[in-house]
Amino acid sequence: MDHTAIVSVLFASPLLGFLINGIRRNHHSANVAGAIGSLAVFISFVCSILLWIDLQGMAPDARRIHVVYGSWMAIESLKIDFGFWIDQLSSLMILIITGVGFLIHLFSVGYMSHDKGVAKYFSYLNFFIFNMLVLVLGDSLVTLFVGWEGVGLASYLLIGFWFTDGEKAAAGMKAFIVNRIGDAAFLIGMFIFFVSFGTLNIQELNSMAPTIMESTWFGIVTLGTLFLFGGATGKSAQIPLYIWLPDAMAGPTPVSALIHAATMVTAGVYMIVRLNPLFIAAPNTMMVIAVIGALTVVLAASIGIAQNDIKKVLAYSTVSQLGYMFLACGVGAFTTAFFHLMTHAFFKALMFLGSGSVIHGMEGEQDIRKMGGLKKYLPWTHLTFMMGWLAIIGTPGFSGFFSKDEILWMSFHSPRGHWALWVLGVIGATMTAFYMTRLMCLTFWGKSRVAKTLHPHESPATMLIPLFVLAALSVVGGYVGIPHIISEILPGHPANILEHWFQPIIKTVPGLVAGDPAMEWGLMGASVALALISTILAYQLYVKNPSAIERFTQKINPIYQLVSKKYLVDELYFGFIVNPIVRLSENLWAYIDVRFIDKCTYWAGDLMKGSGSFVRSLQNGNLQTYAMYIGIGLVVALSLVMMR
Amino acid sequence: MILSTLIFLPVLFAIVIALWPQKSTIRPIALGFSIAHFIFGLTLFREFDPNIADLQLVEKYMWMERFGIQYFLGIDGISFWLIQLTVFLAPLILLASWKSIDKNIRGFHICFFILQTAMLGTFLAFDAILFYVFWELSLIPMYFMIGIWGGARRIYATLKFFIFTMAGSLLMLVAIIYMMFLTQQAFGTMSSSLLDFYKLSIPFIGHEFFSMQTLLFFAFALAFAVKVPLFPLHTWLPDAHVEAPTPGSVVLAGVMLKMGTYCYLRWVLPLFPEATEYWAWIFIMLGVIGIIYGALVAMVQPDIKKLVAYSSVSHMGYIIVGIFVFNHLSLQGSLYQMLNHGISTGALFILIGMLYERTHSREIKHYGGLASALPIYTIFFFIVTFSSIAVPLTNGFVGEFLILLGTYKAIPMAAIFSVTGVVLGAAYMLWMCKRVFFGEKGPLVADAHHPLVDLNAREIVILVPFVIMIFIMGLFPNVFLKWSEASVDYLIKNKANYELTIKGAK
Amino acid sequence: MINADFIVDVGISHYLILSAILFSLGMIGVLLRKNAIVMLMSIELMLNAVNLSFITFSKYNSHIDGQIMVFFVMTIAAAEAAVGLALIVSIFKRYKEVNIRFFEHLKG
Repeated sequence: MDHTAIVSVLFASPLLGFLINGIRRNHHSANVAGAIGSLAVFISFVCSILLWIDLQGMAPDARRIHVVYGSWMAIESLKIDFGFWIDQLSSLMILIITGVGFLIHLFSVGYMSHDKGVAKYFSYLNFFIFNMLVLVLGDSLVTLFVGWEGVGLASYLLIGFWFTDGEKAAAGMKAFIVNRIGDAAFLIGMFIFFVSFGTLNIQELNSMAPTIMESTWFGIVTLGTLFLFGGATGKSAQIPLYIWLPDAMAGPTPVSALIHAATMVTAGVYMIVRLNPLFIAAPNTMMVIAVIGALTVVLAASIGIAQNDIKKVLAYSTVSQLGYMFLACGVGAFTTAFFHLMTHAFFKALMFLGSGSVIHGMEGEQDIRKMGGLKKYLPWTHLTFMMGWLAIIGTPGFSGFFSKDEILWMSFHSPRGHWALWVLGVIGATMTAFYMTRLMCLTFWGKSRVAKTLHPHESPATMLIPLFVLAALSVVGGYVGIPHIISEILPGHPANILEHWFQPIIKTVPGLVAGDPAMEWGLMGASVALALISTILAYQLYVKNPSAIERFTQKINPIYQLVSKKYLVDELYFGFIVNPIVRLSENLWAYIDVRFIDKCTYWAGDLMKGSGSFVRSLQNGNLQTYAMYIGIGLVVALSLVMMR
Repeated sequence: MILSTLIFLPVLFAIVIALWPQKSTIRPIALGFSIAHFIFGLTLFREFDPNIADLQLVEKYMWMERFGIQYFLGIDGISFWLIQLTVFLAPLILLASWKSIDKNIRGFHICFFILQTAMLGTFLAFDAILFYVFWELSLIPMYFMIGIWGGARRIYATLKFFIFTMAGSLLMLVAIIYMMFLTQQAFGTMSSSLLDFYKLSIPFIGHEFFSMQTLLFFAFALAFAVKVPLFPLHTWLPDAHVEAPTPGSVVLAGVMLKMGTYCYLRWVLPLFPEATEYWAWIFIMLGVIGIIYGALVAMVQPDIKKLVAYSSVSHMGYIIVGIFVFNHLSLQGSLYQMLNHGISTGALFILIGMLYERTHSREIKHYGGLASALPIYTIFFFIVTFSSIAVPLTNGFVGEFLILLGTYKAIPMAAIFSVTGVVLGAAYMLWMCKRVFFGEKGPLVADAHHPLVDLNAREIVILVPFVIMIFIMGLFPNVFLKWSEASVDYLIKNKANYELTIKGAK
Repeated sequence: MINADFIVDVGISHYLILSAILFSLGMIGVLLRKNAIVMLMSIELMLNAVNLSFITFSKYNSHIDGQIMVFFVMTIAAAEAAVGLALIVSIFKRYKEVNIRFFEHLKG
């Protein structure tokens, strides 16, 4: 089969799924709708595999498939095609999207079986997959932007899926608008590149990236990449635009797994990796990215410690893990960033689905204070969730360990790195270990606090199978990118497959030299040890000795309150940005429009009216007055004539 | 004769309707007429040659010999799509008025068709006096439309509308007459042909406001600015929209506002190139202010229709910025955005009209939870909303993207400020949607005595063409842009001394 | 016999002054009197003052045009008087009043 056909099927199948389920949106059968939706994604998955196999067969530095369906916009020098670019990076990305996406679709069949809008749900999910594919495969920034906005739209629709609840609808709206702020920055980034480079084609841009590093802040590449990164902070929930992601948990849980953990939110990371030559050329931008990433890691992780909603904990965890990816990008470890993107997609999707299974089993309860001891009711969920937990806290041998540790090492070692970034990263890792263990303890272990009326039950097989697959991936997913230092001590010295695969398209930052193995081992040991300590601490506090933690939070109550209220960032944004804008708008309307512009026009009208009524008073209807005017006029006219 | 037929066919329709004996069949007859008119308009696709920038299908007859006033019609790439837009909207508007206009149906349709004539004439006239006649003629039917079939404060609104636009266009009349005298000085005989105006070289002194070209420039620009409407001359628009009946709003937003922006391209830019360049900053600034201001004020409107009216101010701001930035991308973008705005905002007004017919309220706070009561309506409303906030693959994106890209190329700061409109646009539309469609059912929606009925076949038939156009224009912009390409290119390349040649004439 | 020379002494200026006096009287009448009939008569007076001027100029310029004009004026005056009186009569019939103070309906 030729590539165009495969790519066409790849796109057409979720699009068809969207349309079919959209048309039968009033049907309530979860099985039919789910079958259509899942099948559509499965076909895409198969296509992705086919494409990936085709790429395998090509020479390493010629691995690319370019499919162009025709021109979209062609004006003057602006030429944008419906063109799609499949190479090492995007082929892997679509594998993750369609693969994980398929599993989540499968899971949704069970999860959404009681919902009346199930057909609509699957149609939105397929719509999302379609747009995500456009985002990933688009060969120009504009096509990428199409998918970029499209996934935002899908996310809007899915977060507000249960729109009869005003708060959920508001969460969707918030997500879209906050994303739009990022999108506006992204647009400006595109403009900058178009005006200076004359193209928006990603490959052309990458090939035009200057080889000399830009040291100023106002250079073209620096500004352009900064604005693009601004777009990424919106989509990938980084400081300062991360606030929408926790609220986005209002959507159905599988949506949170797919969109707000595994795929869409990683779009920003993907975009940066995609454009890595440009970002490398802008050290200042990279520094900003690294700093924002590291700060986000710590900020989100610290908020995660004090959350009581199972999905909110995972949401902040997602923000924090995305921070790691940006940290990796910022220090020039693009392969590692993608590696973490991938492992994170596995274990975070797993944990979200696991939490979905818990919520399903608890009949909608999301508060972990009302859980506990669920291990015996939900054994399979517990087991798979534990795999995710082990992966995210960085247990050696699990996928998260390899990727996270590589990031930490690079943040220390890379010429663009700094020891402070490493410190922030390790603090984040320690906190991650703490809050994830806390989540495990409060949900699955310890004493049961489940309400007597509730009878938690294990989920059906369609929901468990995706969990098993993802759990397996979370465990072994890391072996595609074993760091060199570990591979050296392993038998057979397995190569870093991922790095090798990406070799031709991902540049490394200049000045990167091989590190000191002793140092690397030392840092790795330090971070693992700290994570272990905090895991044990959390276990002690939440399972063995629950009263201690209560006393502790009592003691530091103001701080605890501040953290559990998310540092009041939402309130700050509302108080200092949103509300003033609304007030300003009201005042603009009341004062400028109504009281000023309209008043001015009334004044003009009144002036006319006034002069009119003066002239009117001259015409008093009295014949003799008129005659008088004639007489006076005559006299005046005559005297003028005579005086000349 | 194609253009004359196109312009005066509606007059014929109006006469037939005036004399039509049965009142009950007026609606279908009028609808049939408008469809016939639309189909006739399609012949332009065959007759018009998009590859040349010349003035085409010209009709030229002397009208008043003494003053050189001619009956002079022509079409080029700039006006081509606006003509199509005008005839495209007509059947949909008439279909949308099926239920909402219930008094004096005959009068309404006569007004409507005369309005069509006036608008088409404005787009096609190439003689200043003829143009002025059509320009002013368009006011009268609209005045009656709002004044007779409008809402509670219709008299206030219609007077405001009339006086604002009239005040602007009087200045233009003075300028036209003055320019006719200039032609007499230059060529010996007086002429009001636009092509002769183009040949004039009007002295321009940059720093002096009271120089000839600057004054003439402002006389024209102000008249058009009122129509667009450019901030701060926009206050007639929200009132006119709120009080106008649905068809009136659609014509107003869909076509009449474009008369202003179109005339900038046809009259102001080519006639006064130096003054345009010198004073462009004012218009770009006002355009940018309009984008942001319109969006902000739209956000806090309690009335859905007023919200959309203010959003028009914002959208028209983009077009103005695009025109005055004056490069290829931005001009094409502006032309495209004119069509987009006609389609999206037109559809929004029709949708709001449909809602109003059901509940007789446009207060946002009376709604809520409409999505579960009117699912099909909601789907349409959201598609149009996404088009209005420029989600990619809908028409709105192409226009805004081109304008912003072109603007960034010329004046980065203007583009950066304008981009905030993208965010604010999403904010006001989605906030409104959230309050109207989502959440708890509001008092109007939950009213058990008057359950809301979802769209009927007629209403779906009205909306489907809009939705189709939204996606076609979003997916295949090249198809549309190619018809205006040659003319825009020519305008850009010859901006210093723009002269149009008539196709076929040597 | 009475010396009639003084008649010869009467020059153009005398006639014109008389005409002006008559005209002014008429005008004052139009401006100040309230009775419509009196005003009409005053207008006649003004017309006749003009007639006098016409004849004077006709005589002194030895040109017949002025005298022809007088006939026109007299015709018009007669017509005007007829119409005017008719109007006044009908107004009087309707309002029982010819004082023009009562007829200010045409004010703006």
